[in-house]
Amino acid sequence: MTLSHFSAVLICAACIGIVFGITQRAEPKMMIRFGAYTFVVLVAVTIAASWGMWLIKH
Amino acid sequence: MATKADTAALPAEPAAGSTFPLLVLIAGWLIPGAGHLILGKWVRALLLAAAILAMFIIGVALGGKLYSPNTGEPLDILGFLGDLGAGLPFIIGRFSGLGQAPVLTAVADYGTKFISIVGLLNIVAAIDAHSIAIGRKPA
Repeated sequence: MTLSHFSAVLICAACIGIVFGITQRAEPKMMIRFGAYTFVVLVAVTIAASWGMWLIKH
Repeated sequence: MATKADTAALPAEPAAGSTFPLLVLIAGWLIPGAGHLILGKWVRALLLAAAILAMFIIGVALGGKLYSPNTGEPLDILGFLGDLGAGLPFIIGRFSGLGQAPVLTAVADYGTKFISIVGLLNIVAAIDAHSIAIGRKPA
């Protein structure tokens, strides 16, 4: 099995988002919101860090 | 004075010295989602089990490493402790010889990280189930 770095990030962020959403909030609606927020932040930070490393190299 | 509605909203207090919260914690660690399943939170249990097991299986399929406890390298020991958090999936994988190949590619390194993250997420899930069982977190 092989994955691109980006698809690995998406899978990782989705799984972490599910677990964090369920465990860090008590109400179902807030769980969904926090899970989605975690997913977006993880993906956004990874993309930002990737561009940061690219800029450092160039 | 607490009204009937107030007392109904409070989480159930476990009996003093009860082993039930400990059982929930250990079950949640050994089998991802089992802690929530014991508490009757089957939707949460299914979602946790699906997320954690999927990530573990993908990690192993990518060629990720399952750490050994006795290599003498401090980072390997930390990796082992992280992996151990996955509970039975890690123990079964370790004894069936999975994740023993050397990590030579970036993809296999992703797999190694996936497995370590699974261990940490499973510990978070087990502690969450324990918190619900002792009434610290609203059910």
